[in-house]
Amino acid sequence: MGFTSSNQHHLLSKIATNDRHGENSPYFDGWKAYDSDPFSPTHNPHGVIQMGLAENLLCFDLIQDWIKKNPKASICSREGVDGFKDIAIFQDYHGLPDFRKAVAKFMGRVRGGRVTFNPDRIVMSGGATGANEVIAFCLADPGDAFLVPTPYYPAFDRDLGWRAGVQLVPVACDSSNDFKITEAALEAAYEQAQDANIKVKGLLITNPSNPLGTIFDRETLRSLVSFINKKNIHLICDEIYTATVFSEPNFVSIAEIIEEDMECNRDLIHIVYSLSKDMGLPGFRVGIVYSYNDAVVNCGRKMSSFGLVSTQTQHLIASMLLDDEFVERFVAESAKRLAIRHKAFTMGLLQVRISCLKSNAGLFCWMNLRRLLNESTVEAELALWRLIIDEVKLNVSPGSSFHCSEPGWFRVCFANMDDDTMEVAIRRIQTFVQRKEAVLVAGN
Amino acid sequence: MGFTSSNQHLLSKIATSLGHGEDSPYFDGWKAYDKDPFNLTQNPNGVIQMGLAENPLCFDLIQEWIKKNPKASICTAEGVDEFKDIAIFQDYHGLPEFRNAVAKFMGRARGGRVTFDPDRIVMSGGATGANELIAFCLADPGDAFLVPSPYYPAFDRDLRWRTGVQLVPVPCHSSNDFKITKAALETAYEKAQESNIKVKGLIITNPSNPLGTILDRETLRTLVSFINEKNIHLICDEIYAATVFTEPNFVSIAEILSEDIACNRDLIHIVYSLSKDMGLPGFRVGIVYSYNDEVVNCGRKMSSYGLVSTQTQHLIASMLLDEEFTESFITESAKRLATRHGVFTRGLAKVNIDCLNSNAGLFCWMDLRRLLKESTVEAELALWRLIIHEVKLNVSPGSSFHCSEPGWFRVCFANMDEETMEVALQRIHTFVHQKETVVPAKNKKLWRSNLRSLSFSSRRLGLDEVVLMSPHSPIPHSPLLRAKT
Repeated sequence: MGFTSSNQHHLLSKIATNDRHGENSPYFDGWKAYDSDPFSPTHNPHGVIQMGLAENLLCFDLIQDWIKKNPKASICSREGVDGFKDIAIFQDYHGLPDFRKAVAKFMGRVRGGRVTFNPDRIVMSGGATGANEVIAFCLADPGDAFLVPTPYYPAFDRDLGWRAGVQLVPVACDSSNDFKITEAALEAAYEQAQDANIKVKGLLITNPSNPLGTIFDRETLRSLVSFINKKNIHLICDEIYTATVFSEPNFVSIAEIIEEDMECNRDLIHIVYSLSKDMGLPGFRVGIVYSYNDAVVNCGRKMSSFGLVSTQTQHLIASMLLDDEFVERFVAESAKRLAIRHKAFTMGLLQVRISCLKSNAGLFCWMNLRRLLNESTVEAELALWRLIIDEVKLNVSPGSSFHCSEPGWFRVCFANMDDDTMEVAIRRIQTFVQRKEAVLVAGN
Repeated sequence: MGFTSSNQHLLSKIATSLGHGEDSPYFDGWKAYDKDPFNLTQNPNGVIQMGLAENPLCFDLIQEWIKKNPKASICTAEGVDEFKDIAIFQDYHGLPEFRNAVAKFMGRARGGRVTFDPDRIVMSGGATGANELIAFCLADPGDAFLVPSPYYPAFDRDLRWRTGVQLVPVPCHSSNDFKITKAALETAYEKAQESNIKVKGLIITNPSNPLGTILDRETLRTLVSFINEKNIHLICDEIYAATVFTEPNFVSIAEILSEDIACNRDLIHIVYSLSKDMGLPGFRVGIVYSYNDEVVNCGRKMSSYGLVSTQTQHLIASMLLDEEFTESFITESAKRLATRHGVFTRGLAKVNIDCLNSNAGLFCWMDLRRLLKESTVEAELALWRLIIHEVKLNVSPGSSFHCSEPGWFRVCFANMDEETMEVALQRIHTFVHQKETVVPAKNKKLWRSNLRSLSFSSRRLGLDEVVLMSPHSPIPHSPLLRAKT
């Protein structure tokens, strides 16, 4: 059937035959280990526990409860089926007006009502994956670059680089100052790009941060705004984890900063959002591009044709998010449950003196295993990681897959499992650390 | 707020180009419709939408099925226990039952003459996303696809805008019913070669949009032979597969492939969707089906940019796995399309308007060449503007489909109810009569007497119940209209 690979290289595009889809990275080895031996408390108690997937499973009971009480939100229920035709036939890329209204409202709600969003700036996309790609296509030409602070979400390389051809220039952050972005680091990265003849078109931040779980303080945000205005480049803020902030201090969105800042050129500011993390609905592919630049809204809207949200889902989400009482309760309860999970996990780790970067958001911890490394290298980190997957049987994500410049950090997800599984995971880590330290001590 | 001219500098070339295609006159009709949409009761003089290839004829069947199958939804009392597992599922392979169901349906829509492998089903953001994805997989920026004209206007955007791929038209003519000839293919290919343009594939829409015709076996074999000879891809957009409403049967490229051992299967790809066959464009169910393993793999990774919502995957899976339902749906849909097509083409024939002989699609390819002042695009567009502004019908001019012969118009017949169709036909009758009687616009007296004589002639044609209702008619309310309201 298939011809040899040389024929394929000739037959297919460069995009189809290069590696920029990113799946050959070691990041996915842990996945493969999990897929071939998945943990189940009853059927496979010695299997691999998935801690590499940033999912938010904690509040489905609330959502299912709401759905049972609101049958009209579905176009398939007896109460809602009369609306089926109009919804199924609607393909306008502006989206259902109620959907845009509901999302804008929700975005304001999860920012504590401190800012409001304009429904006319809501542009749909195929999940945040699609949103990031649309932004890249709108703002940059192939070969242009975005600055991105490290450590960062591995799939940015694919989302921005694969088909849109945008390069990512890392802005190194390290633990000496809790991985905060400094103006010096920004300037250095920008200079480096200039020297290499790379045109920087924007700065991409994830706030709250993946993988760090931290939020940006006002001062840092203001310095970023000042930086991008000075260089006349875009600021793209992926705020996908907004409602996962579970304790003080409050989240400060870029939307708040530009409300206060008259000087900022609003044409440079863009927000990427999604319901995949805040609401735990990744399957529904609800991605949002929110831009303060009218031309980007217009262009993005036309591009949304390549990844619109199913109107069946738009309709459901619109109903859900227009229910203020539900949203209020959901956001509060979700934060509460995340806080409890986070505490249980970090305290369990502290018992074997493993610390995590202090964080108040996200669905994961940034775990510090530097002292368990033989040497401070990526190789040692990957060796430790393989040990964790193969012996401790936990799929965690090594810092190097997030382009972290300091070896020894690992992202560990805590919201995608039940309490019992979490306990098993904590015990396994504790056992492993104690054994490893005994070995290290014996070796001295 | 916006810094206009500096925006050019701020944004990408793609963002500031016209590659989105929305500045084409094609959209003028839409704007006219949006401003003044027809409504039988509330706006009987409004513009009737005949430019949208939608298929709402069988929603009653779907709604009935939904009422009987509450478990198909994750939001009903019967189905909500599955909500979590479905909402959390983001694997780009898609729900296995979704792939099974779509593969099965694709086979069913081809009369069971071929089967499809669920493992080759790749999701995309509608057929829009599917076409773009295929272009990204098969061609580099600057490369080209050959495409027979007339063709679907949005191909210009879907295949070219963000991909940088070019389209080289292969003109087809009414002299042979717009069939694709080997000579035309070769000529287009040569021309591309001479301009140093690398042709990577040939894209066909079968059944055709805008023609509504299907490709016969011989033509399909010619195409397969051509692309094998040139070692280029064949992309078959079969989005209208189940809209074939009379004989001859649809012949899918999948059938040709199963007979032809010599064909390099790595070159064959099908684009599909449920937007036309099932009338569900809002659900964004696009499919890429490739016989090339690499393209399946690559396409699957790319599907991350436009996966189908799992809520929708789950519903569609249940629906399309119900064989009894799909069997009766496909049969009934074809029946209703045939009826519509018949009413419309007969209505046009009464004023000697021909359509290209067709047996598929949601539209007719209407021949208004004899109403043109001269055989030019300008004359076609002038006629078109007349039709929009005076006859108040949004039809689509052939030039927007890159048709090389002026005077053809695509008219959609499935996206309205029967009463609206009648009004549309009446308006066309009036218009054609007026145009052919060469009525001077300024001479109202003459016009009125002509109107009377027209109503005589309409009686002679046996249209006793038709009152000639023009938007500018001195008769304020047609008795026909009054009877309906």
